[in-house]
Amino acid sequence: MPSQAPIVAKELTIAYGDVVIQRDLTFTVRMGEIFVIMGGSGCGKSTVMRCLTGLKAPSKGQVLLEGISFWESSQATRDRIARNIGVVFQGGALWSSMTLGENVSLPLHEFTDLHSREIRDLASLKLSLVGLAGFEDYYPSEISGGMRKRASVARALALDPKLLFFDEPSAGLDPVTSSLLDDLILELRDSLGTTMILVTHELPSIFSVADNCIFLDGETGTMIASGDPKRLKNESQDPKVQAFLTRGDKNRTG
Amino acid sequence: MTEATDNALAPCELGFDRPDQETLVVRLSGSWTLQNKCPSADRVLKEIASGPRVARIAFDAAAMTDWDSGFLIFLTRVIDACSKDGVAAYTKGLPEGARKLLALAATVPEKKGIGKGAIRASFLSRVGEETVDFFLSSREILDFIGEAFVAFTRFVAGKARFRGSDLTRILQDCGIEALPIVSLISLLVGLILAFVGAIQLMLFGAQIYVADLVGIAMVRVMGAVMTGIIMAGRTGAAFAAQLGTMEVNEEIDAFKTMGISPMEFLVLPRILGLTLMMPLLCLYADLMGILGGLIVGVGMLDLTAVEYYNETRAAVSLNNLWIGLFQSMVFGVLVAVAGCLRGMQCGRSASAVGDAATSAVVTGIVSIIVATAVITVVCNVLGI
Ligand SMILES: Nc1ncnc2c1ncn2[C@@H]1O[C@H](COP(=O)(O)OP(=O)(O)OP(=O)(O)O)[C@@H](O)[C@H]1O
Ligand SMILES: [Mg+2]
Repeated sequence: MPSQAPIVAKELTIAYGDVVIQRDLTFTVRMGEIFVIMGGSGCGKSTVMRCLTGLKAPSKGQVLLEGISFWESSQATRDRIARNIGVVFQGGALWSSMTLGENVSLPLHEFTDLHSREIRDLASLKLSLVGLAGFEDYYPSEISGGMRKRASVARALALDPKLLFFDEPSAGLDPVTSSLLDDLILELRDSLGTTMILVTHELPSIFSVADNCIFLDGETGTMIASGDPKRLKNESQDPKVQAFLTRGDKNRTG
Repeated sequence: MTEATDNALAPCELGFDRPDQETLVVRLSGSWTLQNKCPSADRVLKEIASGPRVARIAFDAAAMTDWDSGFLIFLTRVIDACSKDGVAAYTKGLPEGARKLLALAATVPEKKGIGKGAIRASFLSRVGEETVDFFLSSREILDFIGEAFVAFTRFVAGKARFRGSDLTRILQDCGIEALPIVSLISLLVGLILAFVGAIQLMLFGAQIYVADLVGIAMVRVMGAVMTGIIMAGRTGAAFAAQLGTMEVNEEIDAFKTMGISPMEFLVLPRILGLTLMMPLLCLYADLMGILGGLIVGVGMLDLTAVEYYNETRAAVSLNNLWIGLFQSMVFGVLVAVAGCLRGMQCGRSASAVGDAATSAVVTGIVSIIVATAVITVVCNVLGI
């Protein structure tokens, strides 16, 4: 079975108006891997993710999702591709006029022919996966920030997507919950074979989960390193990469 | 007189030394705080400019008692000016904390060029930009209307996806819940029309024509226009605020990444809901307006209710009613489109939501008035 790389970025340049955020990004995310996008605050990680998830058109270059050039295909194709993608936004982005149960079941209602009963059970299952069993009837405004983040993971999982994007999944979570989330990410990859793209600053999670990573630099607006983070830490000569990766190591051990 | 209170700050003073030809030592003493009027940086610059050429500048802060941000501003001004003139600044003599803060402020990690609007553009280029913006925003509006129309055709073809429960909620919100305010306003408008008309008509003893005046005016335009304006302020603004907040919280992005069209899921039910409810509200407003006229007629002009009713029936043709209802439907579309458009265009901040709501009301009302003018002229030309 020829396994197509789920994401290939070719010479992506992304800009807001005239301000280029990142230029000439080229990388490949392989099937089933956990891929981390790193970089300092404000360097454009979320922006790159918006480009990969179909929210912001690049000003140059291509995004191939499962071999199809996303930004050059028709709206119908894009919508079809979008169904295989789950996104956890930096702020959660739960639909505030719906309960958690409805949030998770909406995609199921939209894109499957299951009965309401089955959908309800599935939604409860997904919520219990992230430790929110019994919260089906709560509105997003009635739960804490960390719970919202987890609920939004449950929603992203609703359709068992092949590609899962996380923008800073552990921001605002306590260390225990955050490491539970790391475990969940690993578990999902191992049991469902989901390919994950993570934006994160959390070094412990980078070292414990990532197979591959890219490092974006805000000052030059380019990618300055890529590869296995553990190897990068030992081998990279770039002072910025070193500073980023070893700083976290110090924090972790000391 | 000078030491008036016991917690008075030690006055800050500036002195200069020239240990050699090329070095200037700035002596700082006293308390350099914002409340205490510190000497300005210009005094140092003047000192540099006067006398022989200075290559180095150093500081002596041994006599300084305390300092705050005011001191830092003074220092950055001096150091900036010096570096422009090619004068080296040695900060060794400064307090340790001030040196650290200076170093911190000097590193600029954020990328430049993103903070737009920092440069004040000239008048001409601003006019140019505004013009270009105007055309771009007209294009956006056309795009939006086009997309909304496509969503509507998909709805007609039975392919659009949205939740029925959303539509019912919107129907309720634009219908029943708007009744109290619509009643109040239309009743008063009917009263006012009748009152103003009555004073003139009484001069000729033609009071009975108040019924014609109020009936035709309400049914043909005023009912539709008044409900339109009420709904622009009430529902148009609400639509813009709802969608704007969703945009700010990335909820709309969440729909898009799932392949659910926000146009169908969010905008379509709102446009449908308001367009369906507007004619009903308008009909109701017409009746309330006529009731207002009746109150004046019976209370002030000694007409009987039956007389008033018969006169109204004779005066108001069915044509007037159709035109009024048609107008109100058009207004429904306009108000809903304006509200949704401004909501979807909303920026990513809380104040942007407020702007979106305001802009939705303005756009709604302006388009209602323009549409009324157009429809009136067209009806006139067609002779209806
Ligand atoms: N809508 C926008 N218009 C213009 N510039 C923007 C916009 N959104 C983001 N930017 C700019 O793009 C840059 C990258 O932003 P982005 O949100 O991608 O950063 P990030 O790497 O995700 O940061 P963080 O780690 O803090 O979330 C920032 O400098 C920001 O100022
Ligand atoms: Mg971000």
